[in-house]
Amino acid sequence: MTDFLGVVTTRHAYALFVLLSAIGLYMMIANKNLVKKIIGLNMFQTGVFLFFVTSAYRIGGAAPIITEGAGPYVSPLPQVIVLTAIVVGISLTAVGLALTIRLYSEYGTLRADALREVIGDE
Amino acid sequence: MSDALLPLLIALPLLAAIFPLLFGLRFERVGWPVAMATSLSVAGLAAWLAWAVSPWSGGSRRFVHDLAGYPAPYGIELVGDGLSALLALLIAIVAVAVLVYARTTGPDSNAFYSGFLLLTGGLLGMALTGDLFNLFVFLEIVGLVSYALIASNDDPRAAYGALKYLFLGTAGASLYLIGVGYAFVATGTLNMRDMATELAALGYNDPLVQAAFGFILIGFMLKIAIFPLHTWQPDAYTYAPDTISAYISALVSTTAAYALIRIAYDVFTVDFFAANPLITDAVLLVASVSIVVGSLLALLQTDLKRVFAYSSVAQFGMILAAIGLQSETALFGAVIHLVGHGLMKATLFMGAGVLSSAYGARTVADYAGLAKRAPITSGMMAVTGLALVGIPPSVGTLGKWFIALGAVEEGSWGVAALIFISTLLTLTYIGRLLETLYFNPLADTDDAAVAGDATDAVDATDDSSFVADGGVDRVATERVVVVVVLALSTVALFAAADPLAAMLDPVFGRFFQ
Repeated sequence: MTDFLGVVTTRHAYALFVLLSAIGLYMMIANKNLVKKIIGLNMFQTGVFLFFVTSAYRIGGAAPIITEGAGPYVSPLPQVIVLTAIVVGISLTAVGLALTIRLYSEYGTLRADALREVIGDE
Repeated sequence: MSDALLPLLIALPLLAAIFPLLFGLRFERVGWPVAMATSLSVAGLAAWLAWAVSPWSGGSRRFVHDLAGYPAPYGIELVGDGLSALLALLIAIVAVAVLVYARTTGPDSNAFYSGFLLLTGGLLGMALTGDLFNLFVFLEIVGLVSYALIASNDDPRAAYGALKYLFLGTAGASLYLIGVGYAFVATGTLNMRDMATELAALGYNDPLVQAAFGFILIGFMLKIAIFPLHTWQPDAYTYAPDTISAYISALVSTTAAYALIRIAYDVFTVDFFAANPLITDAVLLVASVSIVVGSLLALLQTDLKRVFAYSSVAQFGMILAAIGLQSETALFGAVIHLVGHGLMKATLFMGAGVLSSAYGARTVADYAGLAKRAPITSGMMAVTGLALVGIPPSVGTLGKWFIALGAVEEGSWGVAALIFISTLLTLTYIGRLLETLYFNPLADTDDAAVAGDATDAVDATDDSSFVADGGVDRVATERVVVVVVLALSTVALFAAADPLAAMLDPVFGRFFQ
């Protein structure tokens, strides 16, 4: 139990990453609504981004611009990675929503189970 | 000099992707010439790269390019060696073949050709990058463009297939990113070669390293479509336009499987598998299930494109099994099967596309007796189908033979037996197709007319114009020629085992030092 408490109190950002990702993944799988599935996917990705940002953080770290006497610095590399990954995530959301709009205009529903029935997916 | 080829191979198609849309503002039908010119140049460059890293050029066997001049552990590295050059060559050749096929088939819009070039650039990027995060970016470029291209079919079910692929593909890429994040936290580097040394220093039993490999493996299994994570793949391949089915089925999973080989053996190395027998067994188990279930599901399908899609699940199961076997012979087989499967699936999907646009055939039953109407295409599908089964002489034989041989060498008789069983199952579903094509009587012409609504560009409903051997007349000749050339190449590659082994020798020497 103390182990668990220790993790929650000192590694809460990592716990949050796991929680956010798991909730997002569950939402993507279990929710019937296509738009909410996309929201779940976004949440999953955001959890992953949080993990990267957290991994770069260090207490008392300065912004990674080298100046005399400053430092220690936070690692800039994960932040660059997250910036890139956010751009990728936005593009994915855009494509996903565009496909959802197409499906809605063709079938008049946003529910995955109804779509599956209409399309005859096995 | 040759190292400048690497960024050029990636940048050329990505930059050229702008032009079909840009020129499309002024001119119509500008997409095809732009895409063709670019793909031919890429094919030339890829051939040059393959020559440069081959043992016969006498030069260096491995080229490295630091992007923007930042040296390796800090900057992003592009790597051309025997393995990545082989993949780049496969991508370029299939791209040219698909474009020839697409000239009359379409999808005839400039946006399609922009997407096509982006996809080509992304695939080449995956093949050539030496950086784990850079690989994620290219993986997502490939994914995004694939979703868009699949949805470009008029059939609204294509949008459904694409959306399903988007959910699972993105989840796969994100899991891969988590794995890379873990490995990054453990080692502090993203460069593949650098990480390999760091991981070796850290020890392969570190839980963080194990978790990193687990996430990367699951992420790629989603992207490659290994059972039970394959569910996006049949819908995506079936509902996509024929041209895109051929391109995506030949290359997208193939490149992801290549990336998994690269990471498993170049970054985690064979020692990681040796140190973690549980992970190795899990890989072999999942692969074995995928081989059998994929073959069985293929047997149950009625739609021909679905048969081929599930067949891919089984074939990639074999490749994954070869990764888990830690045997040089099996991994050589996996690389051959990767290339061979790409060529064979491209041929089969294109052949199916030719017959379906000429006669509206979608299900296996629709193909009844079409061998009489389209003897050339049917014959080539028969050749490629038998190559997929593994009947010699064909590239399918080589791949399966070396994987099975590696399994026997490693004492994994189970895997060898499963490959044999899967071969029998493949023979069953290919045999059913051949029987329908050659020995079943022609379908009722009324049915053919009804089924004709799925065709494009060809007037298939006009039964009065029916002539014997009309298959070639009804579709543009070059589409048939592409199918013939690719089908014959799958046979000709049977003789390529020794040159391929010579080409891959330094890479495998490093993997299994």
